[in-house]
Amino acid sequence: MTGALSHFRICDFTGQLAGAGATKWLAAFGADVIRIEDPVRQGRWDILRGLGPFVDERRGNDLGGGFNNHNTNKKGITLNLRTQKGKDLLREIIAVSDAVTENFAAGVLEKWGFGYEALKEIKPDIVYVSNCGFGHKGPYSRFKTWGPIVQAVSGLTFSSGLPDQPPAGWGYSYMDHTGGYYMAMAIMLALLERDKSGKGQWVDLACTEAGLSLHGPALLDWTVNHRPLRRPEGINSNRSQCAPMAPHGIYPCSGEDGSGEDGSGEDGSAGEGSEEEGSGDDEWIAISCRHDGDWQKLAGLITEIPQDLSATWCEDFNSQGQRLANEDELDRKLANWTSRWQKFDLQQRLRQLEIPVAAVQKPQERIDQDPTTQNFGLWPTVEHTEMGEVRVDGLPVHFSETNWELTTGAPCLSEHTEQVLVDLLGKTPDEVATLREEGVV
Amino acid sequence: MSALTGVRVVEIANERIAFAGKLLGDMGADVVLVEPLGGDPTRLLPPFVNDEPGENRSLYFMHYNTSKRSMILDLDSEEGRATFLKLIETSDVLIESEPTTRLSSLSLDYADLVKVQPKLIHTAMTPYGRDDPLSDLPVTDLTLMAAGGPPWSCGYDDHNLPPVRGWGNQGYQTGCHYVFMSVLTALLYRNVTGVGQFIDVSMTAALNVTTEAASYAWLVCEATVQRQTGRHAAVVPTGETQIRCADGRYVNTGVPPRFPVEFKKLLDWMTEINLVESFPEAVFLEMGANWDGQFDLSLIGEDESITAIFSAGREALVQIANSITAYEFFIGCQRAGLSVGVIYSPEEAFEDEHFKARGFPVEVRHDDLELTLTYPGAPYQLPLSPWGISRRAPHAGEHTNEILADLA
Repeated sequence: MTGALSHFRICDFTGQLAGAGATKWLAAFGADVIRIEDPVRQGRWDILRGLGPFVDERRGNDLGGGFNNHNTNKKGITLNLRTQKGKDLLREIIAVSDAVTENFAAGVLEKWGFGYEALKEIKPDIVYVSNCGFGHKGPYSRFKTWGPIVQAVSGLTFSSGLPDQPPAGWGYSYMDHTGGYYMAMAIMLALLERDKSGKGQWVDLACTEAGLSLHGPALLDWTVNHRPLRRPEGINSNRSQCAPMAPHGIYPCSGEDGSGEDGSGEDGSAGEGSEEEGSGDDEWIAISCRHDGDWQKLAGLITEIPQDLSATWCEDFNSQGQRLANEDELDRKLANWTSRWQKFDLQQRLRQLEIPVAAVQKPQERIDQDPTTQNFGLWPTVEHTEMGEVRVDGLPVHFSETNWELTTGAPCLSEHTEQVLVDLLGKTPDEVATLREEGVV
Repeated sequence: MSALTGVRVVEIANERIAFAGKLLGDMGADVVLVEPLGGDPTRLLPPFVNDEPGENRSLYFMHYNTSKRSMILDLDSEEGRATFLKLIETSDVLIESEPTTRLSSLSLDYADLVKVQPKLIHTAMTPYGRDDPLSDLPVTDLTLMAAGGPPWSCGYDDHNLPPVRGWGNQGYQTGCHYVFMSVLTALLYRNVTGVGQFIDVSMTAALNVTTEAASYAWLVCEATVQRQTGRHAAVVPTGETQIRCADGRYVNTGVPPRFPVEFKKLLDWMTEINLVESFPEAVFLEMGANWDGQFDLSLIGEDESITAIFSAGREALVQIANSITAYEFFIGCQRAGLSVGVIYSPEEAFEDEHFKARGFPVEVRHDDLELTLTYPGAPYQLPLSPWGISRRAPHAGEHTNEILADLA
């Protein structure tokens, strides 16, 4: 065996990110993941297929950048499940698969005649993992979702924000990524169960439940102490939620060169009205002081390099109690000071002092300029049949014996139909050509 | 019995890795939490049961350490190290988030451990990976998130407001998701080959690949997404999706109506709650409802009728939202086939009938406190290998003697 999971075959109906992200993990470790798509709708159920970003001026159903990112190392075939022959071919594939995976709305696969009972008849120990927003059971099982809806209903949108503002939420589908992680876990847990007991099962994954389980301490504070997160004073989620820490926030920095120690950045850009807000440059830094020791070192630096400001205010915040009780004022004073710095200069200084710090990195900075992601090999280049060489998200792990590998891009529509039907199911190329003419594949 | 029954996991206590141990333990693994003298510091983190501080009253610790046993071991002592090696000898998996050279300095790193347990799966989770010295600098969930990318995409249309980090230790938890997936992968491999391995998990790398288009828009065409209030960060600004309802609460309207049947249902709904009279654009909803075939979405902004119909669809949602509660809006839209979500606080979601009907809240007996407490339940439902909290979080060293006896 070459990959950790190369002894598994997945009959994969997943798409978007919440599903495709799960089987991407399996494929990266060598699992034979066969994506089944609908030739009539040209696989457009997965809206990412033809959606940007695009590598060049070409547009089309095989050229979606997100689709490529989430479907590396997978095979893609088309099967028209409206036809009996299409259904028969699917049965043949299921018979030689370990798992069937999908993230349709509840009930779709069943309507096509491939609910769990039918799958079990074809392959008694099959693992079936369905992933939808609210699961297949319960009052909302027919409701439709996508990432932001899951985040809204599971409390994640609400718990991300600033006071006196509407919820900020997550500026991307955090729960499509994370729903995909839970789906991968569910598939592997069920395969481990099968290794032990020889039995398959249907895992009914509800993304909203996975999302809700990410709020542990807050939910216990509710069930035990009856303290809600919906509070009159609102939420400042840049502050520490449980451990008492202050300062603990995201503070503005200057985008201008030379705004460090020589004071040449002193042009009023961080002056009037900017104490609570940004410098307008959209450059930011996150700083956490865990205890008095961190604060004393930070106050020492503020005193050493006051940036033409008075540093005497630091004395009002010597104890953790003072800092926590006057956190708004502390944040304003600190923001005024940080806004005279470039974020990477200040990050360097605070790293030397061993205070928890990180520049809020833009995509370009963390992908192309941050040596930590490059050294980790986080952005592999895959070869896509139409797009050519494209960089994609790698996996944030390395295995000493069976490391992951991403080499091929997402499959173009029906790219591997002939290969799979011939190699896996033993059809002849002529038979495949006939099936194509008949509109079966 | 569950999927991981029979798998023994050693976890070296650390606030960053605790969630991975919980994920393993709640699926049946025997997780032994190895704590330093005096116990793990997160035992003292708020909130506390009834707001009364105390070592065995931290709800934070209780949540992240369900289904584990605890053993006190001083790894700085010869005796502690010897016991640790004996423990590893009986174990399948080690998970830890120690400083990068601590275990090697104690002669307890992977190279040492495989001598007593050749099939060991050793997973180390660090801020930047095991080989990067930056991993030894102090971090918090906030700083990991900032470095890894999420806050750049989260916040408000007004970029004078800072980027926002979502609550809930999501940075730690994302790293732990990858630890758990890695361990499961390595177990599946070991089941057929008998071979264990060392796994290096980077927390910031995990966040870097959990940012959706922020990463791949740059990777594919060097475009940079910009954050927007309550919706996806985007390269080209998009329309608002978050609406405040009559009760002051918010909903996310998701994808606006785009099929004739959706316009029809929207029109029917407005009629039902008597809003049509005061909504002049209702005529466009009717046009949308009677449209022949699919809309060509690429003509929005170009074709006058299509533009008017889509704008009426969005405006209708706002009008309806202004007259009913967020919950009513959520239910009404979903019944009309529109993918809309009420923006619940976590406790509101927890109390919702749907999650109760699915059995999400679970009770855990705390014999020590003479209390039965309600916890968040299964993130996935595996009928043959059920998720479950097998025991409350342990007291510091509660199982030291029991485990020592087992090893003797």
